[in-house]
Amino acid sequence: MLLASSPFHEIRLDRLSRAFGAHNALKDVSLNIRKGEFIALLGPSGCGKSTALNCIAGLLSTTGGGIFIDDKRIDTLKPEDRGFGMVFQNYALFPHMTVRQNIGFGLKMRKVAKAEIEKRVEEALNLVRLQGQGHKLPGQLSGGQQQRVAIARAIVIEPPLVLMDEPLSNLDAKLRLEMRAEIRRIHNQLGATTVYVTHDQDEALSLADRVVVLRDGEIRQVGKPSDLYERPDHLDVAEFMGYRNRLTGKVIAKDGDRMSVAVGNATLTGTARASLKVGDTAVIAARADDVVAGTRSDQAVEAVVETIEYRGREFVGTARTPQGLELVFHAPQTAELGSAIWLTIDPARALAFAA
Amino acid sequence: MTSASSNSLDHRISLRQRLALRGIDGVTLLVLPAVLFLLAVFIYPFIYGLILSFKPKEGGTFANYRTFFSDPFLYDTILTTLWLAVPVTIISIAIALPVAFRVRLMTHQRLLTTILVLPVTLGTVLVAEGLLNYLGPQGWFSRTLMLLGMIDRPVKLTNNYWGVFSSLIITGFPFTFLLTLSYVSGVDPALEQAAATHGAGSWQRFRHVMLPLLVPGLAIAFCLSFVQAFAVFPSAVLLGAPAGPTRVISIAAYQAAFEQYDYSMASAIAMIMAVVQLLIVVAVLGIRNMFYRGSTAGGKG
Repeated sequence: MLLASSPFHEIRLDRLSRAFGAHNALKDVSLNIRKGEFIALLGPSGCGKSTALNCIAGLLSTTGGGIFIDDKRIDTLKPEDRGFGMVFQNYALFPHMTVRQNIGFGLKMRKVAKAEIEKRVEEALNLVRLQGQGHKLPGQLSGGQQQRVAIARAIVIEPPLVLMDEPLSNLDAKLRLEMRAEIRRIHNQLGATTVYVTHDQDEALSLADRVVVLRDGEIRQVGKPSDLYERPDHLDVAEFMGYRNRLTGKVIAKDGDRMSVAVGNATLTGTARASLKVGDTAVIAARADDVVAGTRSDQAVEAVVETIEYRGREFVGTARTPQGLELVFHAPQTAELGSAIWLTIDPARALAFAA
Repeated sequence: MTSASSNSLDHRISLRQRLALRGIDGVTLLVLPAVLFLLAVFIYPFIYGLILSFKPKEGGTFANYRTFFSDPFLYDTILTTLWLAVPVTIISIAIALPVAFRVRLMTHQRLLTTILVLPVTLGTVLVAEGLLNYLGPQGWFSRTLMLLGMIDRPVKLTNNYWGVFSSLIITGFPFTFLLTLSYVSGVDPALEQAAATHGAGSWQRFRHVMLPLLVPGLAIAFCLSFVQAFAVFPSAVLLGAPAGPTRVISIAAYQAAFEQYDYSMASAIAMIMAVVQLLIVVAVLGIRNMFYRGSTAGGKG
């Protein structure tokens, strides 16, 4: 039986697991998805995000745990009986059907009346701004247009859940930004509950209501984009959120959650994201934006410039510390390659993790 | 003098470049042996046979063709051959399709494919000999059924239609299967997944997504398997009743050539055979043109 457009409150993943032989691709993933929420599954390749999506879609069987819509268990249903919509990475449009037939496919399979199908397909075409393209075959459309058709095909059935598997990764950079805004707009307009898989943190942060960071098949952190961006729980999540600079040292002083860490001759300060005490080894993590070339001081790290790039408003470069660490920094003006500079790290933005 | 020679040099280079732009260069010459081969063993004998067929032993230009189409003993061979080749081809494809759908998902595809393809290497005569032993009146098949009490006298499966039929299936299937498998695995698996997530059950997925995309490939598989089955000769003689129900067209041609020593008549029969095959192939390809024939990928890779 189909679950489409049936009212529900939440979709629950309960200790979902999937093993491939001895390899656990997904380990005890639990998550409550509220109706209307946009969830992004974020992680590097091989983290299990696509496995999770395919398990939810029913394209892959689970080896443990369950999937529930409210109290109804659905992980035992075949994909065609779950009533979800899915957008694939390579679009997966039926090449022998016109755009209209592609979009209407799900409705036709549900034996919706012809007139009703026509009406809803037309609405969907308008929604994804493909008016007048309905008679074409997918091969006659550009990549961006094909992805719009794929999105229309998934949402026209008004599914309780829309699954998106890296839908923008095949598009060029400009189109990707455009389609991102488009997906956000469609979500705001329809409020369809969505699970979106991506390895691009920008995409996840800009689209999602909540981001789930996966690593090695396990959830590392779940939170609002701003939580993840400003307060990552783990060093690897921080790394994924753009904290590319990591300096290891000893905690020499502590003031509430403000940690002073001695790195070489410099004393760096950051907000603790782990329980640390004086004498512990800690890692100070900072984004490139927060590492700025400046004047010599006790809070500055000395480093030798290795590359420098012009970025319009400012310069971005890499420099190496005497300990051999590479740091990415911003500078208001260019710097000589091979010259020594002093890099200050914004103490309000830097984070301290246990090493 | 100098300017003239440099001019001709320029001219020669530009000609070569122009040819290269059209895809013709030194490597193109490598097709020559193939062209010669084709002319020598295909085009020449064909034209020779065509002319020969219009020079009958007695009578006018079309005497051979008139004889063929006025003698039921001769023209019936067309129907007899079609009656073997068409069902054999359709059944081979009908078996190959589900097997290919299953094999496509298997991890040990190579092993199974090897086993299925093995009959090709055996040759028609060996298969015929095997079938004679196995399906013959004293063969295991009948004896097993009798032992089980399912029949009380041996079933006749050799020296008739069914002997040739089974031999053609066994020798033709691997070829049909390999072709079908390549077309089936050529369809992007994401298309089936997309169909499934959008509510299509397995039959609907086959009917609305896989089959329309496979029709062009299956038409080609049909043509190639059909032509192979239509030319049946050894198994029709060894396993069939070459004087009666399995007197196929190639037997008629053989008898004309090597029993009556009427090469002209044999050529005419060969020409008729070619025309019948051509008609069927053209018809099937015509049907194929009515279907979508483009890429079977779901989008960018």
